[in-house]
Amino acid sequence: MVTLGIFDAFTPQNVQYLLGGLGVTVGVSVISVILSFIAGSIIGIVQFERIPYFSTFVGTINNIIRNLPLLLIIFFVYFALPKLGIHLPIFWATVVAMSTFESSMLAEIVRGGLESIDKGQFEGARANGLTNIQTMVYIVLPQAYKKMIPPIISQLISLVKDTSLAMGIVLSEMTYRGQIVYAQNSTYIIPVLIAITLVYFLLNYGLSLIAKWFDRRLA
Amino acid sequence: MSLLQNNFPTFLQGFGYTLLSSIIALIISMILGTFFAILQILPQKWAQKIGNVYVQVFRNIPLLIITFFFFLVVAKVIPMNGFAAGTIALSLYTSAFIAETVRAGILSVDNGQMEGARANGLSFGQSMRYIILPQAFKIALPSLGNQFINLVKNSSILAFVGGLDLMYQGNMVAATTFDTFTTYIVVAIFYLVITLPLSYYMQNLERRLKHAA
Repeated sequence: MVTLGIFDAFTPQNVQYLLGGLGVTVGVSVISVILSFIAGSIIGIVQFERIPYFSTFVGTINNIIRNLPLLLIIFFVYFALPKLGIHLPIFWATVVAMSTFESSMLAEIVRGGLESIDKGQFEGARANGLTNIQTMVYIVLPQAYKKMIPPIISQLISLVKDTSLAMGIVLSEMTYRGQIVYAQNSTYIIPVLIAITLVYFLLNYGLSLIAKWFDRRLA
Repeated sequence: MSLLQNNFPTFLQGFGYTLLSSIIALIISMILGTFFAILQILPQKWAQKIGNVYVQVFRNIPLLIITFFFFLVVAKVIPMNGFAAGTIALSLYTSAFIAETVRAGILSVDNGQMEGARANGLSFGQSMRYIILPQAFKIALPSLGNQFINLVKNSSILAFVGGLDLMYQGNMVAATTFDTFTTYIVVAIFYLVITLPLSYYMQNLERRLKHAA
């Protein structure tokens, strides 16, 4: 039995426990990417439209959030917001922190995407009698989003990796559960770390291949 | 405000360690990143493979796992503290992103530059060092700057392994004063002192380069 040491860590219970953690990791990532896609689009459009004062204000807040460590935002949401009377359970605190951080990243991508659209598209649509909002929704955004698919997938990869930071507030995701498993026995450390690394790698490498495929198709 | 006054030396020490870790990691990751970028564009297939695998592996796994690997596994063989483990992990992780940036920079330098340098009798290494890389770095400068900003932010990972950085000290102050709100705001301001001016500078630089092109 001693020779089989490497696999000792992977009892059915431990494997099931770790896979449950993967579920939490994927859950947080998917919910956060959807929320930050919506919020990031709105912030990006506001910045692009150059509404006096308001756009500058939103842009400044966005820059501040973008330049803070995600870990700090996670701690702030979970440990500091309760001082203001906002109590969130761990899972939702993580989702809120990650969505806030990622939407500031996505806002930059959306703004960049919008700026890359030819001015003639706006003028043509307006000349054809579309309103400002119709121009945005039917003409400009579809073209901009197409260009944004690869960078958005890169952001999703960051999200999946960054959920591991939530173990700082004891969210029971995969990295945290890995720590629980190898706390049982110090010989488990290497096999468990390798197994977790492999799962993250396969997940993210798969996503990066999808991004590459889109990149090639859109080029 | 009294919280800031009472704990100022602690915050300052954390700020110093964050800056130190970021600068060490920047230097190491620039060297490693450039090395693996060049591997990826060499004509030899095996060199390209090695460069590619290195970049894909470090780009697709969480920084935290790399940090734990050094702190829990490597530290058993080569003794190191949390600061060292975190800084090494940070260097390896960032070098993958820098390799991508530098590779893109090298590829955007016109082919004629290399051919001209080789035709004038420079070796491949010399052409790379004196002709191609200086131009590639200039093109890559804005994204390298953004990588440095990410590096400073990611150095907060040191808090997980007792790295004495700003985030770690912030957690300590929050735990002793119970004033989490003010503490984390102060920590945020310390981070912004480094990242915000850099970020605005890089945005400007990007705009200027775009107009120049």
